[in-house]
Order: sequence, then C-alpha cells, then structure tokens
Amino acid sequence: MLSQLKTIFLILFLSIASFSLFAQKYPVYNFESFSPVLEKQNDTTYIVNFWATWCSPCVKEMPAFNELHEKYKDRKIKIILVSLDFGKNLQAKIERFAQAHKIKPTIIILDDPNSNSWIDKVSKDWSGAIPATLIYNKNNRVFHEQSFTFEELESTLHQIINK
Amino acid sequence: MKKIVILSFFILASFSPALSQGYSVGDNAENFNLKNVDGEYISLFNYAPAENGAIVIFTCNHCPYAVAYEDRIIEIDKKFRSKGYPVIAINPNDSELVPEDSFEKMKVRAREKNFPFPYLLDKTQEVYKMYGAKRTPHVYLLNKENGNFIVSYIGTIDDNYKDASAVETKYLNDAVTALLKGKKPNPDFTKAIGCTIKDKNTQK
Repeated sequence: MLSQLKTIFLILFLSIASFSLFAQKYPVYNFESFSPVLEKQNDTTYIVNFWATWCSPCVKEMPAFNELHEKYKDRKIKIILVSLDFGKNLQAKIERFAQAHKIKPTIIILDDPNSNSWIDKVSKDWSGAIPATLIYNKNNRVFHEQSFTFEELESTLHQIINK
Repeated sequence: MKKIVILSFFILASFSPALSQGYSVGDNAENFNLKNVDGEYISLFNYAPAENGAIVIFTCNHCPYAVAYEDRIIEIDKKFRSKGYPVIAINPNDSELVPEDSFEKMKVRAREKNFPFPYLLDKTQEVYKMYGAKRTPHVYLLNKENGNFIVSYIGTIDDNYKDASAVETKYLNDAVTALLKGKKPNPDFTKAIGCTIKDKNTQK
C-alpha cells in the first residue's frame, strides 16, 4: 500500500516537474497571431513595448514600465512587453531577465524574422530600431521610437487617456 | 529679382541636407573620410574598389542583429567587390556608451572574423547622421552615375536575421544584381529590426 502511494506521488511529482520544465511560460507569437494585440477595441489603454534582453536602452526603461504598472494597476491600463529576443534557451533567458529585473507587466515573445513585412503595420514611423513603444486605445494612438523615463512615459500615457 | 529668387532657392537647397532626415533613394551621397581598423583613412570618393558603386553598411560589434549578419556581409563583399560594389562597413556607435564598440574592439573583431572589407569608425558620428542611419545593421547601396554616388537602395540585407538558411528574399543581393543589369532595385527601401545607434545626443 505504502509503496503504491509512493509510486503515485513519484509519478505526480515527475509530471508536475516535467510540465513546468517544458511549458512555455512566455507565449511565442508570429506577427499574424500577435497583430490582434495592436488592434483591441475596448475601454483599456494598451502600452505595447518592443524590447530585447540584450538591448541596453530597453533594459534602462524597464523600471519605468514596472512603476507605471504598479501605479495604474487599478486602472484600465495594460502593459505588454514584446520581446524580440532570439537564439537558444529563449524561455530561460527571458525568465532570468524577468527575475533579475523583477518585471511585473506581461511578457510575450514575437518571433517573426521577416520584420520588413510587419514593422510598418506597427507604425509607419518605426525605423525598426528598439526600444519602440506604441500606446493606444480605441480612440487614440501614439508611437515612439525612444527609451522612456517614468515621467515621459506617464505624460505620454496621459496624452492618450485625456485626449 | 528673378535672379535673387533663383539664387535663394539654390541657397536653401544647399542647406536642405542639414535639415532633412538623411538620404532617400535618388540622393547624391557626399564623401566621407574615416579611419579603418588598419589605421589607414578611407574616403568614399577615393576608394579604388568602388568602381561602380559601394555597399555602405552601418554595423557594429555588440548588436546581436549585426553579429547575426557578419558572415552574410562577408559573402556579399566577396561576391560583389570584384564587380565594383565593395562593402564599406561603418561603426556609428559612441564607445563611451558601448565599450564593446571601441576602435580597439573593432580591430579585434575584424581580425577574428577576417573581414575582407574596411571596417571604419564614425568617431564624430557625423557620417551616420548625414546618411540618416537609424539602426545597426542599416544598408545604403550606392550606384556610381556620372561620377556621383547615387543612393539606390536603403534597408536590410535579407528577410531573416535569425537564420541565414531560411532566407526567402535577399533584398541587398537582388538590389546589387539589378544595378549590375542596369536596372533600378525593386524594392528600393526595406526595414528591419535592429539596435539603435548609440549617441549621447539622442540617448539620455
């Protein structure tokens, strides 16, 4: 009886362990599956930031997104951090980064290397350099190819909300 | 009066490059004179291999997109240098912001990868601004027409930074091939994800 129980626990443990090992914590999109994120028509204002773990000006502005996320968590504001990282061990790389920088907003991965086909669909004003941030709701839309301080980010958000 | 109007038009026109956002396709590229990793200065107008034009690529050491394209840039140079379109690579980054992109590190990288093309440092960061480069890598294909270097294609190398074997469209290769046939590149403008150019004046 005891050994049966042990076996059951072992199986349970292994399946949970393997699940957490292979589950994709950060969902991976191509541009087609990602594009609805840019076109939501509801009461929420979306802040969509394009970044990568190795991009120093991107890393520099992460505290601004964290702070905004905390300050506006009771408002209809949603921050989505779109990682353009590529290479091996992507999930682990991003997990390490998220832990080290205590990232609070949602992180997703956009893996679509034919970027010429989709950069203009995010914004005609985008050269392709990162970081880049789109802030929009159903009424307004603004795009910036720059690294934000918290104050800059918040005032840009207010322009969109209060327009 | 008419002369004054015409004259002021020309004065304004001569100032316009300073006001504009860099080169567009069809523009006449000006000269530059920058230090190569071997210590010699290279100027576009006096660069002997640039018989029919040049492939100016703003690139650097540290950016993963630039690194992903290194081997492909070497191949492009090997393919087109002998046809009069050599690659000229220019690092536009301020090494105080990115130590990995210092002149010393450029020399190391050029040696490691055995770059067959010049790898120049845009120390004063004037050349990248003149071109209007926004990211690394950023390609400007120049075609020599009546002694002038005319910007003929601006953009990316191909459509897959991640995996050279999965490339479907080789934009730069196709653009140079078109010029060699006496045709205009189509498309003549593409975009790609890249690293920002590190400049103290544009980054706080």
